[in-house]
This record gives sequence, C-alpha cells and structure tokens, in this order.
Amino acid sequence: MIRVNVLGVSVLGPGLPGWVDSVPILTGVQDWTYAEAIPPPPALLPANERRRAGLLIRLAMAVAEEAVAMAGIPLNVPRGVFACSNGDGVVLDAILRSMAAPEGQISPTLFHNSVHNAVAANWMIGVGSMRPATSIGMHDDTFAAGLLKAAAEAAHEGEMLLFCTYDAPMPEPLNAKRVTAFPFAVALVMAPADVPSGEARPPLARLTLRYAGGRSEPEAWFPKMPGPRSLVTGNPAARGLRLLEAIASGSADRFALPLAGGRVEVEVTP
Amino acid sequence: MRPLAIRALSAISAIGRGAEPMFDALSNRRGGLSPCDFAGVTSGWIGRVPGVESHAVPPRLAHFDCRNNRLADMALHTDGFAARVAEARARLGADRIGVVVGTSTSGVGALEDAYVARDPVSGALPPDFDFVHTHDLSSLASYVREALDLAGPALTVSAACASSARCFVDAAHFIETGVCDAVVVGGADSLCGMTLRGFASLGLVSPRACRPCDTARDGVSIGEAAGFALLEPLWTNSGRTAVPGLAVLGTGSSSDAHHMSAPHPEALGAVLAMRAALADAGLAPEAIDYVNLHGTGTRANDAMEDRAVMTVFGSGVPGSATKGWTGHTMGSSGILELAISALCIEHDMVPGCLAVDEVDPSFEALVVTVNEHRTVRRVISNSFGFGGINCSLILGRTS
Repeated sequence: MIRVNVLGVSVLGPGLPGWVDSVPILTGVQDWTYAEAIPPPPALLPANERRRAGLLIRLAMAVAEEAVAMAGIPLNVPRGVFACSNGDGVVLDAILRSMAAPEGQISPTLFHNSVHNAVAANWMIGVGSMRPATSIGMHDDTFAAGLLKAAAEAAHEGEMLLFCTYDAPMPEPLNAKRVTAFPFAVALVMAPADVPSGEARPPLARLTLRYAGGRSEPEAWFPKMPGPRSLVTGNPAARGLRLLEAIASGSADRFALPLAGGRVEVEVTP
Repeated sequence: MRPLAIRALSAISAIGRGAEPMFDALSNRRGGLSPCDFAGVTSGWIGRVPGVESHAVPPRLAHFDCRNNRLADMALHTDGFAARVAEARARLGADRIGVVVGTSTSGVGALEDAYVARDPVSGALPPDFDFVHTHDLSSLASYVREALDLAGPALTVSAACASSARCFVDAAHFIETGVCDAVVVGGADSLCGMTLRGFASLGLVSPRACRPCDTARDGVSIGEAAGFALLEPLWTNSGRTAVPGLAVLGTGSSSDAHHMSAPHPEALGAVLAMRAALADAGLAPEAIDYVNLHGTGTRANDAMEDRAVMTVFGSGVPGSATKGWTGHTMGSSGILELAISALCIEHDMVPGCLAVDEVDPSFEALVVTVNEHRTVRRVISNSFGFGGINCSLILGRTS
C-alpha cells in the first residue's frame, strides 16, 4: 500500500474554472452549468513561448501553478509526473498534414514540440526546475496510471511531487478516431505521508493506494454529483473527478479506477 | 535504490537480433547503418532492422499490427525473453508483474499512412485504421502486456529519446513501494517519416553514417530498435539472471530547464543525472569502469556530454558511444544501450566508437575508438532527450 498526503489541488474543465470556484460544484452546494474552460496564457513562460503555447500547455500550466501555490511551496520544488493520453493533437495533425503533402516538409519548431514530454519541459523551463519529470500515457486509464505512478514516486523518494494530467480534443480527422469531448486538466501536489511537510500547508486529504488484479465495475468510480458525472467519460483527465469530490468535501471515500488488466484502489480520508 | 536483478534481457537493432549477433558485430566492429531508403527519404543513413516487414504478430493480437509493435514482438521473442517472463508469471502471478515501457513515437508510421489515405472528400481517416492499437501511446504497453499475458499495472513512458531509460526509474518506484513484484521494462521505436523528416528539418541528420565524438561529426543517423528487461528485486529472490549477477544498481534523472531541443550549455542536467545515479547506487565515480555515452553524433550533444563526463568522472574512465553501429534509435536507445552495456560486462570489453578518424580535440574526457579488453564490472549508460530530460542508469554485477 502506498500512502501520500495531498497538499495542493486544482481542476480546469467545462464549468469548473479552477479549484476555488469548483468546490461548491464538487460538493453539491451549487449546480454545475456548462461554461467553456479557457486557460490563460502561461505567465511563467517568456513572451515568445507564451504566445506560442497551445491549449494543452496552457491547461497543464494553469492547474500545475494553482496546485503548487496552494501547497505553499516554491514552484520549482516538486518532482513531476505528467500524464496525458492524446498528446498535442494540434501539433501532430499539422505535422501529418505537411508530411502527406507533396513536398513533405516539417516545421522544426513543430517537430520538437511534438514530443510527449513537451508539456513537462515547458513547466520545468517555466519554473526553472532541474528536478526529475516523467511523462506517461495510457489512453482512457491515463489518470489511474499517473496517480499510481505519482504516489509511488512521492512515497519512495520521500519528496514533494506534482502530478499533472491534461487532455484536449484533437482536430479532425484525429478526433473521429479518438473522441475527446472537451479540454480537462487536474493537478495534485503530493507529499509522502511519513515525512513532515515542513513549510508546506497541512494536508487537504490523505490517500491510500494499491493495485489489484481484475477490472473495476463500470460506474463504480463515477462522481457522485450530476454535473461532474456528466463529464467523467468525456476526457481521460476527468476520471479524477471522484477523487476531487472527496477532497473538496473533506470526506472519506473509497473507489477503484480501472487500469490495464486491473484496478487502482483509492481510499481517501480527510 | 536496492539493486534490481535483470532476470531476462533482449534487444534487437540494425546489428542483429539478440545478444550473440550483437556481440559479434561489436567485436568485429561491423556497423549496421545503410543509406536511407525509408518512407520516401533518400538522404542520410539509417539503422534498419531486417525482417520487420515480414514479421507477423500473433493472430489474437492482429489489431495491434504496425511496425512498432512488430519490432516489439520480435524483441519479446528473442533470447528466450517471453519464456523467462512466463516462468516469472507462474511463480509470482500475472497481476504482480507490471509493464512500464518507453517509446517516443509509438505507431505513428501507421498514422502517417492513414493520413495519405484520407478520404478525398470528407478528409476522414480510413475506416479500418485502428488508432488506439497502433498510434496511441498505450499501444506499446498494452501490446507487451497482452503478448506476455500479464495483468499488472501497465503504462507507457514517453520522454523523447530518454523514454526507455526513464522507464527504469518509474519501474523501480513500483517495485520499491510493493505495487509490483517484477516489472517488464524497455521499449520500442521504429523508423517513421516523422522522425526522419523531423531531424532533417532541424539540420541534425548526417549525410553519411554518424560518427559520434569525431571532430568532423555532422549529425545523427536515425535507427530503430526494441528491447526489454525483466526486473525483479534481488532481496526477494536470488534466482538466475540474464548475465550472472547482472543488476541495475542505480538510476538518476533530471531536467535541463533550458530549451526544447538544445542541450544545456554547461551540461548541468547531464551532470545531475549521472551524480543522482551514483548516489542512488551508493557508488563513487571511481567505481565505474565504462561510460556508455548518449553520443548521438551531433555537434552540440557530444560536446555537452564530454563536459558532463569530465565534470563527474574526470579523464580516467573510458567512454564511447555505440550509435555508430546502430544509429540513434530514439526512445529505445536506453534499453538497447543497456543491453550493449550488459555485453560489455559479460565479455569484459569496451567497444570503441566506430568510424572515428580523430576524436574532437576539444574533448577532455577519455574517448575510446578501438575495442579494449579490460575488466568491466560497472557501466553507466546515458540517455538524453528533447525537452531537456536526462537519465543515467548504472548496470553491474552484484556477485
């Protein structure tokens, strides 16, 4: 079993514009209504990169910044686990279109931004951190894979860690093959449960995780509130909504998220 | 970290399928590069794996069929790897063995073909194109998991050219926290138009076979490779290993925080990764017998890496790059070069850089350009990638 504390959290998605304004919706105090998620240009990046930053980078950096700030630690302290299913579909589509054209030339800038770890790189450059950062993907199970990986790393290394997961719809013709209904991003700052958190704020929640064989029942891990429930299958990162509800309400919960041939069992305690 | 035994190991590249042909090519200094004839690209040289076109994946996994998964499948069925995993599965249980594998471009080659075959009116991709089982990043981890009948946690690491090195770090976290009792690590990256044209667009492809560390080096040769290792803690089981006593002794990872594709000018990220791996293994720099360089053959990478190696090891530890044999196999270079490092340990040999006329005179660290027979107990192998990710792995004998 892995035990970690959650010190910071953020969410950005339709009708969920950052943590503070999302808490009433995640706790059922306020009804969810659709509103487009518009992440700001990342202030952490230099002007040129800021202008160029696409939706995916903006999404990830917005939630990462809010979560780390909430944890009360400097932005460049945590290690990073970045999880995304689709990667940057806008960049991928542009490269594939130009390659399918007769001349077949690729833009060098698009090419180096096509790597899956481009988002992690932008964050690390933006905050000036030389800490380790990994970048993973596992299709619909990306949230569960990233959460398990992040918790294992924070617990074993005994260090603060930023888990950031994000996905956005890809342009056609890609979206028809891999439907992503809307942009969504979640970030959590974790600390190992058995290490004093020093200057950081007290935990928002405590997580206990384990992996077990056998897929979890469909819907057993769906969010409890109707708004979040309507979002949970529209974006791989939205699979984090059940956990976010528990953190927002400060209540205990227990559920299991599907991952590959099995499931990640999550226990949340206040 | 505590040493992780390498129970099984396999790798395929342009210099052969498995340890024996690979060692034969290294010992006889026979490279695997040839002029590029792939995906309509005719400039530069490539390291192409023979037989991928005719290799068939098992019928039950036919929906995964693409060049990248064929390459992975070939590696799984090399040097008895799948059989060794089956033994571990019988002993530990399928859901106790994880799959943490790396790739930079997954099956994008299949997606490139699908874009060419778009419907001329609607622009739609062909109806029979299977996105999730070919191009999607999960494809590799899912393929390996299903091919080996495993049920543990599975995920794909995609961190550019450090992908299959970084997955050792991620797998170690799963083992150390008890999530898994063993993990299949490694990865695959296959030739594709995107990588060939992308590196060409950056002006980083050599017009001839690449010559890492040469004073006249002028870029990379793109290659393809796949390889896998079965990691299991030594502290729970003292069973046999791929090479007697072979284990991963330490891992180190860092970020440059500098630029998307240019290395850190002072090599700080590479220095941090190597020092982190040494600290993780509890070893002093003097304990390392050979540095397997990332050594891509670009002006900037090799100069940066020389500076980093000099900073950490000084000029006394021999180093070389093996990409002159295999080409730069992108995200699979970490596992391929770990397999090469295992051969160096098994045979007490350091393979000198291939086709080097003159080592860059500005280099200060010790670069070997002929094969040397000397005691090799521990190797550090470097992998660096776009986005400024650096990973170093230390491999050695524990007995």
